[in-house]
Amino acid sequence: MRRRPIFLISCLCFGFAFFYVPILSMIFFSFNKSRLATVWGGFSTQWYGKLFQNDQIMNAVMLSVKIALTSATLATILGTMAGIALARFRKFRGRTMFSGLVTAPLIMPEVITGISMLMLFLMMAQWIGWPSSRGFTTVTIAHITFSMTYVTTIVQSRLSSMDIAIEEAAMDLGARPWRVLTDVTLPVISPAIMAGWLLAFTISIDDVVITYFTTGPGGTTLPILIWSKVKLGVTPDVNALATIIITIVGVGVVATGILMQRADARRERDIQMAVAANA
Amino acid sequence: MAGGTQQLVAWFHRKGWRDIIVAVPYVWLVTFFLLPFFIVVAMSLARRADLSPPIAFLESWPYVRFSNFARLFEDSLYIRAYLTSIWNAAIATFFCLLIGYPMALGITRVSKTWRNVLLMLVILPFWTSFLLRVYAWMGLLGSNSWFNKGLTAIINALLPGDIVLKSLPMMNSNFAVVLVMVYSYLPFMILPLYANLEKLDFTLNEAAMDLGSRPWQVFKDVTLPLSLPGIIAGGLLVFIPASGELIIPTLVGDARDPMIGRVISDEFASARDWPMASTVAVALLFMLVVPTMVYSYFENRAQHAGEAGK
Repeated sequence: MRRRPIFLISCLCFGFAFFYVPILSMIFFSFNKSRLATVWGGFSTQWYGKLFQNDQIMNAVMLSVKIALTSATLATILGTMAGIALARFRKFRGRTMFSGLVTAPLIMPEVITGISMLMLFLMMAQWIGWPSSRGFTTVTIAHITFSMTYVTTIVQSRLSSMDIAIEEAAMDLGARPWRVLTDVTLPVISPAIMAGWLLAFTISIDDVVITYFTTGPGGTTLPILIWSKVKLGVTPDVNALATIIITIVGVGVVATGILMQRADARRERDIQMAVAANA
Repeated sequence: MAGGTQQLVAWFHRKGWRDIIVAVPYVWLVTFFLLPFFIVVAMSLARRADLSPPIAFLESWPYVRFSNFARLFEDSLYIRAYLTSIWNAAIATFFCLLIGYPMALGITRVSKTWRNVLLMLVILPFWTSFLLRVYAWMGLLGSNSWFNKGLTAIINALLPGDIVLKSLPMMNSNFAVVLVMVYSYLPFMILPLYANLEKLDFTLNEAAMDLGSRPWQVFKDVTLPLSLPGIIAGGLLVFIPASGELIIPTLVGDARDPMIGRVISDEFASARDWPMASTVAVALLFMLVVPTMVYSYFENRAQHAGEAGK
């Protein structure tokens, strides 16, 4: 007999309260009429209205999305290549260093990654005259570099758990290696590639520290804008902005989760039906 | 022309696509990760100068100097910052484990539908902005907030009558740093622990109970030892980023007792002492090498165990 684990369930309740109370409190105070962010002064949506009139915020959102789309796409391409190289090519020159290079950015503290990137850009500007100013390009390069390794990790682990017999079967049937890659391997790992892209996108659109060091005048992304505001303290307009961001992300994550669960359920049903049909 | 194209296609099929797949990410990482890293190491051996960029190497052999590293030990600011970082990160890791372990175990004990819902609730804050989650705590810790007032009231009720606190000085303290770190990094602890605990065979627990073990004994003798890889993975996933953290100490931390990430950033941006910033960074990396090696050792062992089990 399994007893109801009362202790564990109360821990879960406490844990989730810990997770969500600060966020709910912030959402609550975004509807505060008072300018004092933590003292309730009546209900109002004035802070939301002011956000949409603020060009600075809108420009920062646009820049963040542009950087995140570009860097996530390039990071996915580079990261997938690295993942395939590590999972499928047993031997090539410099493999050990390559696998080290792929894991190191994951452990490197962000401050150090940011400063070292900035130093590189400043040195390059002096040696070869590029980049003459910092902004979209430098931030995108920095984001690609540290988010591609996350893609690599995901793709690599998917590839190592994939049944290699499918690839061998395709080879035996006369497919060239390139054909095997495009027709067999890539379709199988496509969910991993998509997950990698999503992760790279989130990392990029959320990043403060590395962006802070690699950006320049005119390159204010949304997190950098929020960063410069929150350093001064809690304000109701940041509460409103945070509420909007958290709502968008929350709805997105929940919707993706439900879709994935449905797809899983459908696949399981299909497999069961196939098994039943064969029996 | 056609022959050339065909040759190219043949080369591509024979070997070329392979070389390209390896070389492109390789070159990228060498240029934008390894090279900057070497610049930092080189700079830690230089000295500050009024140039642009503000560094200079010695003019004669051996061109480099190690006095920056000596300064790490001479100036108590650095040693204190390292100790504060390690201490804060270690306490945060401990509390993440203390809160995260029962949560992860609890998730494995509920029905499948609930499991998915709860996992989603763990992952959700992980996808939302890190900065905004830290910010949410700024609203709670301040002395005017309902949270601070409520806690103060509780503590006043517990304290003997003659002492009355007005509010708790939680903001800008190491307490706030650890609290927000636990909050921000808890999913990193729960997820690997869950992945590990989920795979454990529940029949082992039943066997132990049939043999007369009490629930606590079952946990201590069966579940806990088997979940050690999950504990180590989760612990390092919390400890490593927490020790180099910059955002949390800047927003809720005590400026007089900075963590190492803040010291690096200040040396670089405010003091414009690039060599010293680089030195502190290199020393931090050295400090992180040991836990990282422990992590990869256990990771490899887990992988081999997994392959052997197949």
